[in-house]
Amino acid sequence: MQKMQFKIVSLILVALFYCIQGNAQNMKNGKKIYETRCLACHQADGGGVPNMNAPLDAASNVVGTDIARLVRIIRYGYNERIALDGFYYSNAMTASPDLKDNELADLLTYIRNSWSNKASAITVAQVQAAKKKK
Amino acid sequence: MYKLSNLLLACVLVFSVNAQENAGLRLPAGFSATLFADQIGTARHIAINDKGILYAKLNNANKAGQSIVRMEDANGDGIAEKISGWGKYGGTGIYVRGSQLYASSDDAVYLYQLDANGEVINPTSPKTIIQNLHSRRQHASKSITLDPKGNIYVNIGAYSNACQEKDRSVGSKGMMPCPILDSAGGIWKFDGSKENQSYAEGKRYATGLRNVIGLDWNNTTNSLFVTQHGRDQLNTFYPTMYTDAQNAELPAETMYEMKEGDDAGWPYVYYDPFQKKKILSPEYGGDGKLEGEKNALDPLVAFPAHMAPMALLFYKGNQFPAKYKEGAFIAFHGSWNRAPLPQEGYFVAFVPFKNGKPSGEWEIFANGFAGPDNNKSPRGAKARPCGLAEGPDGSLYVSDDSKGAIFKISFNK
Ligand code: HEC
Repeated sequence: MQKMQFKIVSLILVALFYCIQGNAQNMKNGKKIYETRCLACHQADGGGVPNMNAPLDAASNVVGTDIARLVRIIRYGYNERIALDGFYYSNAMTASPDLKDNELADLLTYIRNSWSNKASAITVAQVQAAKKKK
Repeated sequence: MYKLSNLLLACVLVFSVNAQENAGLRLPAGFSATLFADQIGTARHIAINDKGILYAKLNNANKAGQSIVRMEDANGDGIAEKISGWGKYGGTGIYVRGSQLYASSDDAVYLYQLDANGEVINPTSPKTIIQNLHSRRQHASKSITLDPKGNIYVNIGAYSNACQEKDRSVGSKGMMPCPILDSAGGIWKFDGSKENQSYAEGKRYATGLRNVIGLDWNNTTNSLFVTQHGRDQLNTFYPTMYTDAQNAELPAETMYEMKEGDDAGWPYVYYDPFQKKKILSPEYGGDGKLEGEKNALDPLVAFPAHMAPMALLFYKGNQFPAKYKEGAFIAFHGSWNRAPLPQEGYFVAFVPFKNGKPSGEWEIFANGFAGPDNNKSPRGAKARPCGLAEGPDGSLYVSDDSKGAIFKISFNK
């Protein structure tokens, strides 16, 4: 009986470990994409550039639930100049049409969980569902 | 015990005064600064009348619903105690001459009348001097200056980074010829006293300028000088041609003297300050070495890349030491496109001039705007220099468009 309990506990531990590992790996992949494609404008601190490039840190949309919008912005670029948390930004965002679904998921997981942001991780299934929404 | 507490109090006092010393700025020996005003709003350009009354144009209306702010230091302590304002539209340009005050939105220029106290007479009914200029988000701000004859020069920035078919997109080619240049990417000249002018009444005075925010008329040469913001993102679009480190240093931010008909070469070329050449843009087939646009101007001064020159001012006064006379002050907003390398700028630079030509290397004049933590992230910067004005006594004023500070810099004989 004790052996059984030990087995279950260690199984749970191993599963947990892989979960965290998985997340860490997703974050790492996301970070790499962020650094090559996004950091130039949104900056290392996610703070953007006042009046010019929107901040991703502490941005209500970034940690929000409209994943389809986030996916769309990243794939097609963004230049709508609507108020984002009360401020306007003048620059035109570069599109990244070539990112694969798993890369989009990792990138979104990264920007939703960096700096002061804390939001759910994004899965490949969520990205695929978001793409269908158009 | 009494003595000890006094000593402590004195220490605290000295310390707090020191913390405020020169409003947090670092200046050459003999100069001092005060915080003339603070938190007035997103103060872009500033102008000052012959009584020392300062006007700032705000990028967005402030909490009091004003977009032009009037500041007066009646008791002469270096701090404005009378602050008022008017106007609802955001913008950048402001220029005052006698009783006339010009202010720009992102698509128009308005003219206000001032009374003998520098108070606005027609706050809600200015004359519309220029209207319907392109304002397409990027580089939309309209900087203005006048020549002695009363002509007004307006920057119409290019609504693009490098005139690609699809702006800021990987692999998109440059358009040939660049169609933006017929109505933007240059300086336009208008009559400063005529109403309701637009493209048809104005003239493209100079072209090939991606975005000019700093411009000033030089009375020695009787000509227009401008500072250009160079293009961004060479490394993002051409990672095999340009490393992050190269992008951080390319292209130079540049100063030109622009005569009528001059062309500074954007978007076909950019200025490489190391090769000292005009290099063909990669969007137009360049490889980082090929030259282009032989007939385009070479800059008079090349500054480090991406620092964003926001204002240019030729110093006319006698308060500062002789070396500053007729020289150029340039307010640098501070960079963003040097990332991942550390950002630069966030200071006011000086270029000495003799007989209307630069006579020495540029140097940092006033620094420390970003704040003491030295964390030069654009968001974290305490202040970002944006406008310059010279007071009737020769003091130099610097505006900050992030938190709305106005600094007054003086020389103490
Ligand atoms: C050329 C500069 C630039 C680059 C590169 C860039 N962005 Fe943007 N981004 C912007 C600008 C400017 C805006 C705001 C546009 C507007 O308001 O019209 C923006 C907006 C956003 C928003 C919306 C924010 C909100 O509050 O709704 C997200 C999300 C975003 N960017 C993510 C990214 C990601 C992820 C990358 C990298 C794949 C990236 N951006 C690359 C400039 C850029």
